[in-house]
Amino acid sequence: MAEVVLEIKNLTRRFGAFTAVDSLTLSVNAGEVFGLLGSNGAGKTTTIKMLTTLLPPTSGGARVAGFSITTQAVGVRRAIGYVPQAVSVDGSLTGYENLLIFAKLYDLPHREQQARIAEALEFMNLTADAKRLVAEYSGGMVRRLEIAQSTLHRPKVLFLDEPTVGLDPIARDAVWKHLVDMRANYGTTLFFTTHYLEEAESHCDRIAIMHLGKLDALGTCQELEASLGPGHTLNDVFVHYAGSALDTGNNFRAVSAERATAERLG
Amino acid sequence: MTATFIHPLTSFVEKTFVITEFELRKLRHDFTELVTRALQPALWLLIFGQVFARNGAMHTGNIPYLDFIAPGILAQSVLFVAIFYGINVIWERDLGIVQKFLASPTPRAALVLGKGFSAGIRTLSQGVIVYGLSLLLGVKLNWSPLALLNVLVIIILAATLFSTFSLVIACFVKTRERFMGVGQVLTMPLFFASNAIYPTDMMPGWLKMVSHLNPLTYVVDALRTCMLADSTSTFGLSFDYLVILVTTTVLVLVGARLYPRLAT
Repeated sequence: MAEVVLEIKNLTRRFGAFTAVDSLTLSVNAGEVFGLLGSNGAGKTTTIKMLTTLLPPTSGGARVAGFSITTQAVGVRRAIGYVPQAVSVDGSLTGYENLLIFAKLYDLPHREQQARIAEALEFMNLTADAKRLVAEYSGGMVRRLEIAQSTLHRPKVLFLDEPTVGLDPIARDAVWKHLVDMRANYGTTLFFTTHYLEEAESHCDRIAIMHLGKLDALGTCQELEASLGPGHTLNDVFVHYAGSALDTGNNFRAVSAERATAERLG
Repeated sequence: MTATFIHPLTSFVEKTFVITEFELRKLRHDFTELVTRALQPALWLLIFGQVFARNGAMHTGNIPYLDFIAPGILAQSVLFVAIFYGINVIWERDLGIVQKFLASPTPRAALVLGKGFSAGIRTLSQGVIVYGLSLLLGVKLNWSPLALLNVLVIIILAATLFSTFSLVIACFVKTRERFMGVGQVLTMPLFFASNAIYPTDMMPGWLKMVSHLNPLTYVVDALRTCMLADSTSTFGLSFDYLVILVTTTVLVLVGARLYPRLAT
């Protein structure tokens, strides 16, 4: 039995009368690549915000690396890395400085900081650009720097909210190559949301499909495809579970933020 | 994962300075801001100050009017620079930077105070400008090292106070448009209901009372005490410091409590 690194139990979040996440229960094993899929407004981002302690749940809870998100938030924060959907590195600092500040905030031992930063830059193929201002980086470089920044402290779980939104196919492949390498080298569990089914298909060990705040399907891509009968693709699975969703969730602010992110990265 | 136990207070102080350090590192990339900021105090001292000094319209006791307002204008420019600090915070929220810092184990109060201090250090340039203008205008300044050190500390504390206040407002309004509106509405009353450009003795009773609740009044009083060659404090320098420190502490605690709102 593999070690469970993420255990979600009846996780629920309401905003007024609207239930964004409705009694979500699932667990993720250490070292797994886990994709959370669903149409806009399905509750994916709200789920990630609760798991990263940014948003308190209305009821239910979760344990991340053994720490409760409601009562041991600092423990959770030490154990995770988080790459938000929006651009989260600072354009007015260099790539190196963006990493240095996080090395310090996560209490990396002083004598290890430089080695870790150098390693992270090397790993993400950013060594040559370390001293340049991030404002001059391309979209793919920004995402790679963000991943380097969130994994400097070797988190057990890395949460990524639509990590490849707004990137061209080549940059997307590069980001995934680095993510897969990271899992191989450090055993990092990857928990991410995406709209791209082909990414889920080629990289995920298991996926979950959310629909209107509820978990509708959970399993490997093959299992889910087989569950609809022979000859079905992941696209059929997605349409089957989430296809009837009305586009209710995203408000103006969320949409403009997403477009702005895409623009900044692209 | 390297989780070593660190005393919460040590961690708080350390993290505060990490945040300050990186806020200041951003500064070296953009110096135009420093130059444009110099304009406002120059206008107030060279135009407003000159006119009112000439007419003898203000009764400022035994110190000339220009001497009287020089510390007031310094306090005002610190206020004006610091009060719009919340815009940066909203900008960082729109980007996703705030969320990432909040998902890190950094104490919330360190995130807030660290930003406040950096605003304080950024604002020191206003001190240099006002001292330069004062020299030009013949204001009798106190050049003793202790007095200069006090002015330095007061500027940093005052900017920390008002930038944290600004951050608290940002946590409520959350958008740039609303923030600009609220910022405009707040700065002028804070400025006019203070002793910055006229003595509180000239005010009607109700306004005088309001000015005594306004932290800017104590900042001005402290600056006036330390900056000028011959000036006596209205409230006493230690009381000024006390008010400034207590207000800042309360604002940092409130800010630390509200800051996570920006991630939702």
